[in-house]
Amino acid sequence: MTEWTRHHLYDLEDLSKEEIELILETARSFKEVSTRDVKKVPALRGKTVVMLFFEPSTRTRTSFELAAKRLSADTINFSSSGSALSKGESILDTARNIEAMNVDMIIVRHQSAGVPYILGAGVQASIINAGDGCHAHPTQALLDIFTMKERKGRVQGLKVAIIGDILHSRVARSNIWGLTKLGADVTLCGPTTLIPVGIRNLGVKVTHDLNDVLGTSDVLMLLRLQKERQQDKFLPSIREYARVFGINKEKLKKAKKDVLIMHPGPTNRGVELTADVADGEYSVILEQVTNGVAVRMAVMYLMSGKKTAE
Amino acid sequence: MAVLIKNALIVNADKMDPNLQDILIDKGLIVRVGPGLPDGQARVMDVKGKHVFPGLIDLHVHLRQPGREDKETIETGSRAAVKGGFTTIVCMPNTKPVIDNAMIVEAVVKEARRVGLLNIIPAGAMTRGQNGEELTDMFELKEAGCLALTDDGRSVANSQTLRLALDYARMAGLLFMEHCQDLSLSSGGVMNESYTSTLLGMKGDPVVAETVIVARDIEIVHYLKTRIHLQHMSAARSVELVRWAKSQGIQVTAEATPHHFTLTDEAVKSFHPNTKVNPPLRTAVDVEAVRQGLKDGTIDCIASDHAPHTVEDKEVGFDHAPFGVTGLETALALGITELVSRGVLTLNQLVDRMSAAPARIIGLERKGAVREGYDADLTVVDIDEEWLVKAEGFASKAVNSPFIGRTLKGKVKTTLYGGKIVYQDD
Repeated sequence: MTEWTRHHLYDLEDLSKEEIELILETARSFKEVSTRDVKKVPALRGKTVVMLFFEPSTRTRTSFELAAKRLSADTINFSSSGSALSKGESILDTARNIEAMNVDMIIVRHQSAGVPYILGAGVQASIINAGDGCHAHPTQALLDIFTMKERKGRVQGLKVAIIGDILHSRVARSNIWGLTKLGADVTLCGPTTLIPVGIRNLGVKVTHDLNDVLGTSDVLMLLRLQKERQQDKFLPSIREYARVFGINKEKLKKAKKDVLIMHPGPTNRGVELTADVADGEYSVILEQVTNGVAVRMAVMYLMSGKKTAE
Repeated sequence: MAVLIKNALIVNADKMDPNLQDILIDKGLIVRVGPGLPDGQARVMDVKGKHVFPGLIDLHVHLRQPGREDKETIETGSRAAVKGGFTTIVCMPNTKPVIDNAMIVEAVVKEARRVGLLNIIPAGAMTRGQNGEELTDMFELKEAGCLALTDDGRSVANSQTLRLALDYARMAGLLFMEHCQDLSLSSGGVMNESYTSTLLGMKGDPVVAETVIVARDIEIVHYLKTRIHLQHMSAARSVELVRWAKSQGIQVTAEATPHHFTLTDEAVKSFHPNTKVNPPLRTAVDVEAVRQGLKDGTIDCIASDHAPHTVEDKEVGFDHAPFGVTGLETALALGITELVSRGVLTLNQLVDRMSAAPARIIGLERKGAVREGYDADLTVVDIDEEWLVKAEGFASKAVNSPFIGRTLKGKVKTTLYGGKIVYQDD
């Protein structure tokens, strides 16, 4: 059995296939905890977990917080989005302040790529990256992969299409690392202006035609499209994006009978997908949310020094 | 009192005499060069066979005063410069307030003279407040001591403004130095747009943001039959464009920085803010092209783009950190380590790129060579001495160097400015 030896979780780029599988395996056992009447295990009793969020987030923060609480950890929120702190704050100053409170684990989100690494170099506590700029969002990718594996029984050989704004997506980047390490066949599909240069070097295919992936994919992973991409001229209009890259019932007729529709949330209904698709039979969007708690419990459990799956 | 430097291995851009020479200095000038000069009344300084370069000249330095004296002052910048072997530097006008009128130029010149360690020439702004709109009073700036104009930190975005500014600057006898970056194309990028920026999820500043301005400026200069100096060329394509322009007889000169001929954008993978520079670090192909450009003279000179920042300003996350690295104290050693030791440049060529060529570009007639009648600005160098770059070792206020932890070859032992010792290595 693989042993967990890492003190920080920055990205799936750093992890081996075996380490990713260990997290997924550990998450499987934690998923059951959330279905119990008493949704709590004592694994992290006496440990302190800080949610250090420099960027607004409800879903990810709540998911981490719930995961920590279900492991019996004490949690503190340290949000500074919107305030003077979010920009121009000395990262190391923040780190030293938190360090002084003797915390064990820091869950960090920041709008600038690399901040978790800078924090990790400056503190004793474990760092978990909850999203840094457009760079990485490892726990989101882990919960996505967990969901695929649970539904499909495997990741190896799975045809996964990631559709939308790849350029600005940390979710896409972390998924590419994780999925390719586990042997999935990944195709990126999006407008030319939103596919970053050289991305094929990561071992993925690229297309700008939804028809290339619609009929052949086991998973269609849709990314959230930020409305400001139109003002930034990456797109002529949101309307046109929805027409060319959005998924509706009609287009889904071409898809495999057992296709999974995934989305990291929050969805723009009518843009990436229509409401009937989001709520339809192929959608596993809410399962992703449920699995997120289990995966984050697994990550925190392993990082707290526990070595193997229970 | 006269000074006699004995046993010098003199390196000039055009030749290196293998025999040891003596250099007699009087009243700030080199009065005689030759073997075995008599001591006479002179104070003797035996350099024991070390290399003696003409004092180094840097066309691109940020001194931060007035306005950001917490980052650097004219005094600390001067100390850094002479420690790096420089005896003339051109300081950029993007201070607070901007150096765009005679009063500020005079204040900078006055403080530089008070410090008195080296020759500091302010570059004035090309447009008021560097806002790219109204031209500065160029004759006034020249009278106050400017030899060049630049809106460094940004390009003159409007092509008509540039055309008129270049035309007027020619009349005023001032060199224009352009920071080549189309801001609409660089679009807030924080590193080179490349596979590395894709991996890191960072906003990319593409090569084309630099090259469209290089190409535009070459065309405008060709049309006006005037001249221009292009700052910190970072891209292979820019080098090609400049090479072509020179082949056509267009009067363009260009500089490159030590960080652009040494580092690639792979360095950004550390997320270290000291790898954030403008223009950004490019790819290995670009680094090689910049080196070849320096070798064949397409790129005329090396300039440090010394850009001191405080630790507090830098450690706010890569996206928010200011651009720039401290460079005066590592420039020569990087030239020796990365260019001379690797056979890209001869020692003579290095002296050309760091002294003779910049003197020519900015128009300093008695500088850039160790020669009778020239200013006694001299840099004594041990070209073989290795030293470790350490954060504690800087004379500059700033320690934002991407080279900390590296061992470099070539150390400045003594710097003389106008015949006076202004730096001595202990």
